[in-house]
Amino acid sequence: MMETLVYIALFAPFAGSLFAALFGMSKRQVFVGIVASALLFISFVASVMLAIYVVKTGTPIHVTMMEWINAGDIRIPFGFVVDQVSVTMMVVVTLVSTVVHIYSIGYMDHDKSFNRFFSYLSAFVFSMLVLVMSDNFLGLFIGWEGVGVCSWLLVGFWYHKPDQPREVNPSISPSWAANEAFIMNRIADLGMLIGIFIIYWNTGTLQYDEVFAQLPYLPQWILDAAAIALFIGAMGKSAQFPLHTWLTDAMEGPTPVSALIHAATMVTAGVFLVIRANPLFAMTPEVSFFIAALGTFVAFFAASMALVNRDLKRIIAFSTLSQLGYMFAAAGLGAYWIALFHLAAHAFFKALLFLGAGNVMHAMHDELDIFKMGGLKKVMKWTYLYMGIASLALAGIPPFAGFFSKDAIIETAFNEGTYVLWIILVVTAGMTAFYSFRQVFLTFLGDERYKALGIHPHEMYKFVLVAMSPLAVLAIIAGFFQPWFHEFITTLLPDYEMSHHTHELILVLTAIVLAFAVGGIVLAYKMYAKGLKRDPKVENSFIYRLLANQYYIPQLYEEMISKPYAMISEALWQKVDLKIVDATVDTIAKFFYHTGDGVRKMQTGNLSNYLNWMAVGGVALLVVAALSAVIG
Amino acid sequence: MIGLEHYLIVSAILFSIGLVGVLRRRNLLMLFFATEVMLNAVNIAFAAISHYYNDLTGQMFAFFIIAIAASEVAVGLGILIVLYKKYGSLDLDDLASMKG
Amino acid sequence: MYETIAFYLFSALTIGLFLITVMSKNVLYAMTSLAAGMVLISGFFFILGADFLGVVQLIVYVGAIMALYSFAMMFFDATRDIKERNTNSALVFALGGLSALVLVLMFAAPIYSENIKALYPMHESIGNAQDVGIVLFTKYLVPFEVAAVMLLVAMIAGIILAGKKMDQSLTEDLSADDEILTTKDAK
Repeated sequence: MMETLVYIALFAPFAGSLFAALFGMSKRQVFVGIVASALLFISFVASVMLAIYVVKTGTPIHVTMMEWINAGDIRIPFGFVVDQVSVTMMVVVTLVSTVVHIYSIGYMDHDKSFNRFFSYLSAFVFSMLVLVMSDNFLGLFIGWEGVGVCSWLLVGFWYHKPDQPREVNPSISPSWAANEAFIMNRIADLGMLIGIFIIYWNTGTLQYDEVFAQLPYLPQWILDAAAIALFIGAMGKSAQFPLHTWLTDAMEGPTPVSALIHAATMVTAGVFLVIRANPLFAMTPEVSFFIAALGTFVAFFAASMALVNRDLKRIIAFSTLSQLGYMFAAAGLGAYWIALFHLAAHAFFKALLFLGAGNVMHAMHDELDIFKMGGLKKVMKWTYLYMGIASLALAGIPPFAGFFSKDAIIETAFNEGTYVLWIILVVTAGMTAFYSFRQVFLTFLGDERYKALGIHPHEMYKFVLVAMSPLAVLAIIAGFFQPWFHEFITTLLPDYEMSHHTHELILVLTAIVLAFAVGGIVLAYKMYAKGLKRDPKVENSFIYRLLANQYYIPQLYEEMISKPYAMISEALWQKVDLKIVDATVDTIAKFFYHTGDGVRKMQTGNLSNYLNWMAVGGVALLVVAALSAVIG
Repeated sequence: MIGLEHYLIVSAILFSIGLVGVLRRRNLLMLFFATEVMLNAVNIAFAAISHYYNDLTGQMFAFFIIAIAASEVAVGLGILIVLYKKYGSLDLDDLASMKG
Repeated sequence: MYETIAFYLFSALTIGLFLITVMSKNVLYAMTSLAAGMVLISGFFFILGADFLGVVQLIVYVGAIMALYSFAMMFFDATRDIKERNTNSALVFALGGLSALVLVLMFAAPIYSENIKALYPMHESIGNAQDVGIVLFTKYLVPFEVAAVMLLVAMIAGIILAGKKMDQSLTEDLSADDEILTTKDAK
């Protein structure tokens, strides 16, 4: 019974994807979206039922679907495991995916590739579920690659948009952004593959439980190497510095894609990997500390770039980057359950934020510049409400979900004695509050700058708003489940409790963080609630321009990496491929041709000549026979 | 006295003579003559082996070779007539239309 | 002893005659020496105790095949010498000589064979013709019949290839057809 549920949960999105693919070339059919969303809802129900089972009995479900690789000593089956960690991820993924699917029915209603969109979206959910539910590293890698491909397909969904120079569009074009995302992920996947190889080579298996059982017997440097390699893979998927530029460029894709992939699911795959492989990372404290430090740095770095950005979706993308940094900080410091909790809560309110931004975009006919919006709360009350809730959750204001999850991370930093990390995280919390509310106020309050552009916005369809409501509810109440979640998940994950010393100071610590957060909101209110006031002196200052251009890192990558690589490729093509490889093949062909041409002269048409040749051959064979009889 | 080797050597010499004829002759009819020589040489060898091993198989083989030679001559001469009507000559160098 | 003399005589004559067949420039000489050589080969068969084979050789080869060649010779002016282009004599004689040498060397070595069981042993009591008949019509029946069919086909092929005006009938009286047709038209 449980096995059937596992298969249903896993393959219902796949069935939806195939069904939608049948209509990929036809024009928009609403029922395609409805069927895909219904199948996803079935998957969600199955995941919830599995979750209830795991909660009640506390035992994970192991399912082996079929043997995959069975060669010599290698045995890698297609197996799935539903334990506390994976069932949490399953519920989060399927819930957000269902909401996003229903949302897309409304959002993509004017798009002529409607059916194709649902096919890709469901395929993505299937790959993500494979990633989450797999019980060995190779199955995880398959899901990893699958989500990479689907992300490429979805970010480049409007592939017909032409390339534009970087000043006009920092992401150049959707297909360019899709390529960038995929290639950056590929570079990181090399690290992941090396990690998998190291693990296999030293343990002889790729099943999680068997690998973790053998870890204590491996030398330390092997563990460090495997941990570093796996983390490089996580860096690509979760867009940590320096592989972070693809995440903001991926906003070229449709908004539901950003909501699902680049907020809730794909980018959290890296964090999921660290959580899954926590026995490995627990045994490599230096690597874990590096992860935590990098995560903190990214949190601050991304928040700084969001402070001055004008693009609605890009601000939210930076905030995703920042929150991923928080998750890695928690995982790096050993508080795996806290990282998972923040992952789940963040998925809810970040998806809500993105979907709200999608509402705004849909109303404003795909206009993204918040300097051109303003005062939208008069026309879009519900969206304003949703985005307000989500931003409050993001900023970490109690009693919303973000307060419980983010605060736990910041307390962990304090608890570990890494005060530098703690300070940076606290300041970042303030920055987070500032930029999220800067965005909300500039969009919804103040003067109505859009009127000058002749746009007439209206609220999104009712059914879409209804579909977004579960996310809003969860963004509000999810925090209260923290103690229950703590107990549930630590049956599998290692527990992390704050020390007694931290417990005493907890009120002080919470007050400091709240002060920063509320201060950020107040500052944003003072600066932007009354309307946009632009100051050319500030906008042209060095720091402002540095932040607005993402520290010029994309340009740096282009100059230092892309251009030299292109030059090398061109040179190799001219010198090696054309001159050596092609020349070799051509020479072989020419050789055969000329040989044939020469031998053709043997055909004189003269019977006597042919008889000559026959006799020569016959006599030769005779001589050979005689000689071999003599010798042999 | 006369052993099997003697007969076989005679057969070999006749076969080589036939081979020389086949290679030398340019006239189609003369070519056929040389082919006949080769066939007869082989027949001698078969009959000799049959005699010295007391086995009738050799003679059987020789029979069928004679039968085949007969039919070969019939058809071959027919073709030769047609060729002569078409090309007017029996010289092999004039018949080289399959030059490729 | 008679056998030895006969053998050497026949071999010398045969070799000489076939050399003439192969080397001569005159068609008539070539053909005549071929026929003579075949008669001598039939002699070989008689020495070897293959009477039936010898008689068949005489009848078929000398009688029928040489007759066919004689008819083919009608294409030539028997008095003129055949002009043949100079072939590469050195290569030809080298090949022939080499093959002869190799074969002779091969056959000159005494052939040792133990325990060869004859498949169809000869019976001395009955004559060779009877012996051949028994084997030919029992064990070799199928090849025999097939050879018969092949000869039939060869005969028909020969007729068709050489015949003229093959599309007209040789047996019917064609003038009667014309009469019938003209009387029909008159009616």
